[in-house]
Formats: sequence, structure tokens, C-alpha cells
Amino acid sequence: MSRRHIDIVLRALPAWLVPLAFLGIIELAMRASSIESDGLALPSQTAAALLGLITDGEIFLRTAETIGAIAVGVPIGGTLGLLLGVWLGLSPTAARLASLSIELFRPIPPVAVIPLMMLIYGLGIRMEAAIIAFACFWPMLLLTRDAVLGVEPRLIEVARILGLPRRKQITKIALPAAVPRIFTALRLTLGIALIVAVTTEIAANPIGIGYAIISAGLSLRPEVMYAFLVWLAILGWLLNESLIAMHRRLFGAAYGDAAT
Amino acid sequence: MNKTSSRLAPAAEACAQPAIAFDGVRLDFGGKCVVDGLSFTVAPGEFACVVGPSGCGKTTLLRLVTGLLSPTRGEVRRLGVTVDGPSRDVAIVFQDYGRALLPWRTAAGNIALALEAMGVPRLARAERVAALLDKVGLAGHGDKYPAQLSGGMQQRVQIARCLAQGPRVLLMDEPFGALDALTRQALQDEIARLVRDSGATVLFVTHDLDEAIYLGDRVFALQANPGRLAEVIDVGLPRPRDQLRTREHPEFLRLRHVLFDHVQKTH
Ligand SMILES: Nc1ncnc2c1ncn2[C@@H]1O[C@H](COP(=O)(O)OP(=O)(O)OP(=O)(O)O)[C@@H](O)[C@H]1O
Ligand SMILES: [Mg+2]
Repeated sequence: MSRRHIDIVLRALPAWLVPLAFLGIIELAMRASSIESDGLALPSQTAAALLGLITDGEIFLRTAETIGAIAVGVPIGGTLGLLLGVWLGLSPTAARLASLSIELFRPIPPVAVIPLMMLIYGLGIRMEAAIIAFACFWPMLLLTRDAVLGVEPRLIEVARILGLPRRKQITKIALPAAVPRIFTALRLTLGIALIVAVTTEIAANPIGIGYAIISAGLSLRPEVMYAFLVWLAILGWLLNESLIAMHRRLFGAAYGDAAT
Repeated sequence: MNKTSSRLAPAAEACAQPAIAFDGVRLDFGGKCVVDGLSFTVAPGEFACVVGPSGCGKTTLLRLVTGLLSPTRGEVRRLGVTVDGPSRDVAIVFQDYGRALLPWRTAAGNIALALEAMGVPRLARAERVAALLDKVGLAGHGDKYPAQLSGGMQQRVQIARCLAQGPRVLLMDEPFGALDALTRQALQDEIARLVRDSGATVLFVTHDLDEAIYLGDRVFALQANPGRLAEVIDVGLPRPRDQLRTREHPEFLRLRHVLFDHVQKTH
């Protein structure tokens, strides 16, 4: 085959071949070497386990629990962070007064409030949602504040030149200008929410994907554990892809390249 | 400057006052003196061009007129009133047009912003926006976003937005820098006509000495470090001006020599 032909073939290769080939190689290598370990499972066993979890619906049940906690926690923590962030971005006085408190609270790792939330809410979705809300509040707050502070100063000058009253400067200029970056903040926050949800489930809360993973591990069923890990990867990927697509749809033409 | 000020017929006392007056203005930026000892007046309806080397304070001068900047010393007055902030009467075409448009609004939406700010009802806006788009040669581009427009087109959107304000004072900061020669000439004539019709006072910054002479009633030449007024040249060329005849006029050529010599000396 000539150089050119190789190039054509290479260019036609889809990216999903890479993980597939990777799994194939692992499968072959494991079969050839016949390693035995409690922590390992053949990719084919994992696939079978995943299929089993899908057919008996367990994976959807677990996913619903995790996503449910996220769906409650992110709107609460995110909205509070968003509102406060906008306020701090607009008011230098508020920002100055709040800065110390933020810097004190923010470094607390979200998992450190698990015991506290257990005391308040017991186990279950509510306590997990509360931890997620706490975890999402801070990045949303800071990123929103920065988004508002980062609004092109020239645009604020345009608003002043046009004689827009302060309230309209905010609603017509500052907030729309900050929206793409606030959306990016939301994307980041959702990623954090997924991490915190699964962590909480592994550490304390007997629901959701995290709990399924640790149960599978403790009952020495590595193929189920891998199946859930693969599922998590797919979930995270889907989440991000759909948010990116949404970002493009919402802000593509209007915001040019500045949005991404 | 009687010839030019007579174009305007606002209240009599306004005519008696210069539209723009700088009185011993000095401005420091972080301890560095940017412009110093600026004293001049611009009559109502006058078209004043400002030239000078990069960094000599041309943009700063315009920003002082808008009230976005306040002088460290001295005073800037508009129609006899000390400037203490932006006013709707004063429009500015910013030099960096790419940053002065709202990226999430279409060309029409950007122009409409000025009308919204003035409280023009929604129905009346569409019609006026269409007329303005037409005026700056952007008819049919109203629903494009700034990112979809060329630099020159974005600049024209900015100009249209300023015209929508119906300003008494129009400040333009190298507005035609991004345009091709033909569009540039067309817009020069268009601006000259619009300004004469509206009676607005114009401060027009440009790097192009020919453009300054072609458009101006007077040309202010600035000098750098610190920015200060080096020379004021009266342009006695007849109006309306014409791209061919005016530029071949002996007086045009003479002024061109004077200005070029001056710029060579001070550069
Ligand atoms: N925000 C600022 N902070 C500090 N210095 C500034 C600021 N803006 C402008 N300057 C300085 O003031 C001087 C004049 O700037 P200005 O933008 O008015 O120049 P200009 O004549 O418009 O130049 P150009 O032709 O390149 O647009 C420059 O030396 C610049 O460094
Ligand atoms: Mg400038």
C-alpha cells in the first residue's frame, strides 16, 4: 500500500476504535496469561455483567438515585451560588465584605460535611443532595462572580454612553455578557456534582451508582464493579457532550468564538 | 468659525458657547502624565479633526469629552457646562469596534439598543433601525451577529448606533481605519453630509492626514510625551467637498504640505 493509501485509511478511522481495540488487547492478554485476581475481570465478563444490569433494570434504578440527588442538589446549590455570585460581581462592597467568609468556607472539602449532613438528614437522597448543593455552591459562586467581573468594560461604557440606567445596564449588558461563562461554570459544576455524588455513595450513603460499585467490590464481583465504572464513564461523557452541544446551540452564532 | 457655526440653529445661548471647551486640561494615568496643558474650543457644528502619533492621547482626549475620564487638572466643558459624566447627547464611535458591539445582539439589535435607551417604543424602533442600516450601507445585514460581520461592517454598525442616539456631539476614534478605500470615501461623504444635516459637533480622530483635511473645518495636530496641542490648522476648503475636486484643490495640496511638514518635524 502506498503512503497515500495509508493516509486515507488512517483518516477514516473513527476514534471509538481506540477504546475498543484497547479492550480487545486486554481480553487477549488476560486470556493468554491466565492471571487470577479478585480485582480483575475480563472485558467480555464486564460486558456480560453490564448487559445483565441493563436487562434486569438495576443499572437504571441506581442511576436514577444518583441523578436524582444531583437533580435536586445542583439546582439548589447552583442557583444560590449564581445569585450570590452575580451580586458579588456587581457590588464591590458586597464582594469585599464577603471575601473573607468565602475564603474560609470554600476550602472545606465537600466530603467533610458528610457526617454533618447525615446528622441532619439521616441517610438517603436528601442528605446526598445537600452535600452536592454545598459542593456546587462554591464553584458556581466564584465562577459567576468572575464572569460578571470579566464583562468587557467597553460594553459597560457603551451602556453608560447610551444613558442606560444602572438596572438596565445590568439586565441588558452585564448579565447577557456573562451568560456564556456562567454556562461554562454550570458545566464544571455538574462534573463536580457527579464526583461528589458517587463519593458520598461510596463513603456513606447506601444508594446509587457509588453504592453499587462498593457493594460489588465487597462481594467480590469485579465484573459488576467494572460494568458500573464503564457506565459512569459513559454517563459522564454523555453529560458533557450534551452540555457542549447545548452551549453551541445557545451561544454559537451569537457569541462567536468567544463563547467557547 | 462663523461660517460653520451658522449651520446650527439651536437655542441662542447655546450658540454663544463653544460646544466643547478644554481649559488647561491635564490627565495622569498612574502617575504618568498622558496629556497636559490642553486648551482649545470647538464651535457648535464644527467638524474638528485630530491627528497625531500613536500614543499621543487622541483616544484619551475623546474620552475626556465623553466624561468616561475626568481630568486630573483643568476642566472640560460641553456647551458651557462642566463635564461630570456621560450624556446621551454625546456619542462615541470607539476605536476597537470589535469590543464595542454586543455579541449576542444582531446588527439591528445593537442599533436598537440606543433607541431602547432613549425609550423609543418598540414599533417605531424597527423602522428607524432599518433606515439607519440603510444609511450606513448595511441594508439586508440587520439580522447578522457581529461575529458574522467583517471589521468594516462592524464599524458601520457602531456608527449607526451612534447616529441613532441623535447626538449633539459626535466623537469618532479612527472610525474608518478598517475600511477599504472605496467604502471609506463613501462613508466620509456620508458622515460629512449627516453631520451637516444634524448640525452636530464632531471630533474626528484619524491617522490619515488627507482624511483630516478632507473632512475637517480645522485640524488639531497633537504631539506626544506628554500629549499636547502642537498646531491648529484652519481648513478653508469649500463645502460640500468632493472626493476628486477637493483633493485636487490647490488649497488642499497646500494644507497637505503644511501638515506633512509639521508631522515630520514633531514625529
Ligand atoms: N488605562 C490606561 N492606563 C494607563 N495608561 C494609559 C491608559 N490608557 C492610555 N494610557 C496611556 O496614555 C497614552 C495615550 O493613550 P491614547 O490611547 O489616548 O493614545 P492614542 O493617541 O489614541 O493612540 P493610538 O493612535 O495608538 O490609538 C498612551 O501612552 C497610553 O500608554
Ligand atoms: Mg487611540
